[in-house]
Amino acid sequence: MSGPRVLPVGDHALLVELDSGEAAGALHAELVRRRAAGTLPLVREIVPAARTVLLDGVDDPPALAAQLTTWDIPPLESGAEETVEIPVRYDGPDLADVAARWRVSEREAVRIHSSAEFRVAFCGFAPGFAYLTGLGERYAVPRRATPRTAVPAGSVALAGEYTGVYPRSSPGGWQLIGTTDAPLWDPHREPAALLTPGTRVRFVPRPPR
Amino acid sequence: MTDRALSVVRAGALTCVQDEGRFGYAHLGVPRSGALDLPASRLANRLVGNAPGAAVLETTLNGCAVRPRCAVTVAVTGAPCPVAVEGRAVAWGAPVRVPSGAVVEVGAATRGVRSYLAFSGGITVEAVLGSRSTDLLSGLGPPPLRDGAVLPLGRPERGCPHVDVAPAPGVADELVLRVRPGPRADWFTADAPRVLATGRYRVSSASNRIGLRTEGPALRRAVEGELPSEGMVLGAVQVPPDGLPVVFLADHPTTGGYPVIGVVPEPDLAAAAQAGPGTPLRFVLGRRL
Repeated sequence: MSGPRVLPVGDHALLVELDSGEAAGALHAELVRRRAAGTLPLVREIVPAARTVLLDGVDDPPALAAQLTTWDIPPLESGAEETVEIPVRYDGPDLADVAARWRVSEREAVRIHSSAEFRVAFCGFAPGFAYLTGLGERYAVPRRATPRTAVPAGSVALAGEYTGVYPRSSPGGWQLIGTTDAPLWDPHREPAALLTPGTRVRFVPRPPR
Repeated sequence: MTDRALSVVRAGALTCVQDEGRFGYAHLGVPRSGALDLPASRLANRLVGNAPGAAVLETTLNGCAVRPRCAVTVAVTGAPCPVAVEGRAVAWGAPVRVPSGAVVEVGAATRGVRSYLAFSGGITVEAVLGSRSTDLLSGLGPPPLRDGAVLPLGRPERGCPHVDVAPAPGVADELVLRVRPGPRADWFTADAPRVLATGRYRVSSASNRIGLRTEGPALRRAVEGELPSEGMVLGAVQVPPDGLPVVFLADHPTTGGYPVIGVVPEPDLAAAAQAGPGTPLRFVLGRRL
């Protein structure tokens, strides 16, 4: 495994690129640990993504970049954190298409999705929208050729190798496989998002309404 | 609601509540938001005796009209425009005492795009994640103003402002943006920095609070294929498949999947907020790109 590559982002930010999503998750966890311990220089935003972690609002980016490359970063431990369970009715309009792509029955598609262990790799697109990894590359599905103009809030959806849940109604091109009533986003709650980077997630099937 | 409030007589094309924005939530997908021309909104607050981060109104092109239900001090900054109280012209860029019930009319910008109206006491709509800013990308904060809406005002600080009038930078005929190195400069052909630095760009009419879009020579990619989503900063110059640079402004998405060739430093973005469609735009590269 190669070490992190640190890329300049203007005068006050760094983008740390890693060779996998797992490694990005591990670096993010380490950054959060160091910040909690008070050993990280002041950084305004720590934004993990698919293969990178962005550090924004950094006083001395070259100094932090030099420091970062010397760190010994422990791998992500599975099951170390609490797991959030999200009840899902697997009643999405694209479930049959997804099952066909996977070459399994709908029932088997539900079993595959609900037995996977997910982790929030990063958030984006909308407040509280989490990109969940865990299904693996073999279950990757393309986005819909024509995005929907309105995806209902609570839709559980797939795109690429990610699973996501729409916190509120919005346009979207992901394949919809189910629905949840879980409160994904509440700005008056701390944290506002139910699914924050690093959170472990399981989807639990519920009977259709 | 108490009498410390204002009602919206004419909302204008797009008028929204802004303060200095939301910080520390980018990892949850929350844009920073906040006034696009931050020096102008801070100056407006200073003129009425508010703290610099009090919430103000940000107008777009054609101003707005409001009727305070109490006596307040008002100041308008940012894009120069006619200002009237009960139909009588008053000063732009200076504190103006407005009696209870009088209509404050902010006219169309004579130059620039966005004017800022500060009221003594500030606008005190409920803060969401530490900010009262309207976020057009994700819908956090109060919705843009509508005719007839009522917004609460805070109690003014004790004492009077000591500033009568303050110098404000003019709106330039040409927008000049410095560009610092971005993380994905190597995704573009070797001539891309030269094209960016020497190309005749203009501000596109598709610009908004999310990004300043441009028209001009396209930047060509050396690396094809998709970039996995990565974190985005304010001022990032993102290049979508059409090759035309987009400069990310306050309501930009926190992660994105198009390569960022460079980053415009924050102090240059106030001028970007005032550059209307068609404004000539020049990028000046700094510290190797």
